[in-house]
Amino acid sequence: MRVVSMFFVLLAFWLLMSGHYTPFLIGAGAVSCAFVVWVGRHKGVFQFRAGSKIHPLFTGAFTYWPWVTWQILVANVDVFKRVWHPKLPIDPQMVRIRYESDSELITTYYANSITLTPGTITVSVEDGVMEVHTLTKENAEALEGGEMYERVRRLEGGAAARPAGPLEIGGDA
Amino acid sequence: MAIVVYSIAGLFLGLGAVVAITGGVGAIRMPDFYTRCHCAGKGDTLAQLLIMVGLILVALEAYPLSNLAVFKLFFISIFILVTSPTATHAVARGARHDGLVPWKAGDPRR
Repeated sequence: MRVVSMFFVLLAFWLLMSGHYTPFLIGAGAVSCAFVVWVGRHKGVFQFRAGSKIHPLFTGAFTYWPWVTWQILVANVDVFKRVWHPKLPIDPQMVRIRYESDSELITTYYANSITLTPGTITVSVEDGVMEVHTLTKENAEALEGGEMYERVRRLEGGAAARPAGPLEIGGDA
Repeated sequence: MAIVVYSIAGLFLGLGAVVAITGGVGAIRMPDFYTRCHCAGKGDTLAQLLIMVGLILVALEAYPLSNLAVFKLFFISIFILVTSPTATHAVARGARHDGLVPWKAGDPRR
């Protein structure tokens, strides 16, 4: 089922990118998509961890992504000011935050959203703990405040509170 | 009407360019590898968004919709929004894995 829908998504993408609707080009697209799906199937690209959901891709388009875009804007203005400030007022921190998720997609959403908003980079994602490098103390506090986390969790319908627990992962602090 | 659309598009393109330059300046001014990642990797996301909005406005005005340029620009934008943080994360994780200690306020520049 997943394989079939993948084929049609790829074909739709091909048609959108091509813009030429002659039998030869559509045929070539169908053959290419079938090949890609075939290779992907054998390489196990379509195997998701049990419980992963696809629907956040669609709900997020109207609620989550506009908010992230706004955050990118706000945070960029802040970094912008700091870069041109003669004294370069930065105070980098390495913080660890816990997260909980049933799906790899949502984990990727969260980690990528953190990196997308200026002032924070996800450095590692391991066993429920993310290590994030932040440019300023305020960035670190905003991250620990967890508004982004709540919004991400709402996408998959999970508990909004950040899980408690030790913040240890292998290696140095 | 075209002049209005092109002016607004120009404004977006100009803003995008300024943000991109800021990213470059930041990459030079920042004291260590991780902080440079912030500027190099993320100035681009907003610059890219602004420039794409400008280009989409131009494409809407200059070409018929069946030209598909608008959709292609939109997809390029989405693509960069997904790949850019992934690349930044990969580079930063590589540095962390290698044991690079982050710069703290007060340390000398590296």
